[in-house]
Amino acid sequence: MYKKIIASILKAILLLITVSIVTFAMVEVSPIDAVESYVGEAGVTNDQRERIEEYWGLNEPPVTRYFKWITNFLRGDMGTSMIYRKPVTQVIGERFRLSLALMTASWIISGVMGLLLGIVMAVYRDTFADKVIRTYCLALESSPAFWVGMLLLLLFSVKFRLLPMGLASPVGVPFDEATLAQRIHHMILPALTLGLTGVSKITLQTAEKMRQALDSDYALFATSRGEGKWTFVIRHGLRNIMLPFITLQFGAISELFGGSVLAETVFTYPGLGNATVQSALKGDIPLFLGIALFSSLFVFGGNLIANILYTVADPRIREGAVR
Amino acid sequence: MKGNRRTRTFIIICVTVFLIALITIAGSVMDPESYAPKFADKNLGPSVSHFFGTDWMGRDMFCRTVKGLSVSIYIGLLASIFSSVIGLFLGTFAGMIGGKAMALFNWMVDLFMGIPHLILLILISILLGKGARGVAIGVILTHWCSLGRIVQAEILSLKESHFVHASYRFGHSVRWVAIHHIIPNVFPQFVVGLVLMFPHAIMHEASITFLGFGLPAEQPAVGIILSESMQYLTTGMWWLAVFPGVCLLFIVVLFEALGKNLRLLLDPVNAQM
Repeated sequence: MYKKIIASILKAILLLITVSIVTFAMVEVSPIDAVESYVGEAGVTNDQRERIEEYWGLNEPPVTRYFKWITNFLRGDMGTSMIYRKPVTQVIGERFRLSLALMTASWIISGVMGLLLGIVMAVYRDTFADKVIRTYCLALESSPAFWVGMLLLLLFSVKFRLLPMGLASPVGVPFDEATLAQRIHHMILPALTLGLTGVSKITLQTAEKMRQALDSDYALFATSRGEGKWTFVIRHGLRNIMLPFITLQFGAISELFGGSVLAETVFTYPGLGNATVQSALKGDIPLFLGIALFSSLFVFGGNLIANILYTVADPRIREGAVR
Repeated sequence: MKGNRRTRTFIIICVTVFLIALITIAGSVMDPESYAPKFADKNLGPSVSHFFGTDWMGRDMFCRTVKGLSVSIYIGLLASIFSSVIGLFLGTFAGMIGGKAMALFNWMVDLFMGIPHLILLILISILLGKGARGVAIGVILTHWCSLGRIVQAEILSLKESHFVHASYRFGHSVRWVAIHHIIPNVFPQFVVGLVLMFPHAIMHEASITFLGFGLPAEQPAVGIILSESMQYLTTGMWWLAVFPGVCLLFIVVLFEALGKNLRLLLDPVNAQM
């Protein structure tokens, strides 16, 4: 069991190194000009430009620069963000706090809702409830996250004026001074957007697996012993759908990150997704590279946790019966 | 509906293809005049003369949406075709050769799945200088993974089948067996995978355009229409966001229905699982 975990950590590290090389190389050949995005509108003469390039070491070969970047990165220095004029580590740290709160909330929403709806679909198969949930899932699966966000915004902020239009704290109040209630109030819509769009996959898969469990021989035996459907679901069904649920729920982290970029743009929520778009639009190379690598780390982390949970949750692997 | 299930499936396929073709052709042959700015009737709500209303420049939203959908369908189709061919090719290659090739293939898939899709799309789009080309290539390069995995898994099981073993015993080369026995057998899954890839492609295209890395602002694309409508949401011009979005949803549902029914027809074994 420990061997497997160590092997997957090693694999993740190797993959991250590749990700860093690939992203660095891609930014390197992209038409973004670091000097131009640094000075912005002001413009520079050729002479000044050469001095900036020399000061930054831009005239060194790319391989040397990559090694400089990655060694500094490992020391925790990811460079300075050009648009926020702060160290990248600080920008990512501040914004990740906000995004993490958002993603965790929506991750829980989609997980719990998906599990419940899926079980309802399987237990009340072919009834009205089953069909309604199925239609709802198919509709959400087919609509882009940002559009769902816009609809929620139209409904709850513009029409009913219940929830704020955007940002993470009321206008004029810095985030650090906002109360917890204010923060939550501002997080509801983006979290709901993310959670609702993530729910359909989980629901459909849970329903599928639960249906298989209900059709099984052990379900027949349980029924003949006098167990009701819900008793069966709680005693036997849940255990049997847990593994695919864990895989899907942790595998969804990559999509969750992508979705948070969209939701944060719609609601101008100042999290990491917002910074991703800004850094890419304005050519802030250090910040963008930092976020790219950080988000990959986040996704690999999710997969790693799934692998570990797998070994804990599956009695066959836990007891070392197989592999 | 009359007829047996096979007939029904066939009718659904015909209807979806017809609707998709209709929208694509209508958008392609549309006179640009029909969605040109007419400042006389700006900010109109939905009515009989303007089904979807007009925007702040007096452009007819119905015509703009249809035009935008046809552009999206083109890009989505192009991207899904190329991407699924890459998936088929790499999956077949890895599955047939096995060993190192398979390890390399799995490594590449892990790599592409490891970076969040949207970040990778933004990166590729910037790399290619934004625009339609950047989006199309970005979608092509990021969407082959799952189909590739399916193809590879299918090939691994085909490789153990009797007819493949028999073919090897007849002295045929790996390439011959791949072309004559393996690819025809995975072809149905390939076609279904291609059609089902389309919804992802078109939604990623819209998302990346919405964020400002995709199609240029003057192009009437769904992503552009929606990102412009963002600025007018607060003024209560709900029709700018609702109708184009519903149409996009409709197209995606059409392609999903097409894919699922094609699977019932072409690949009945896997469809029932």
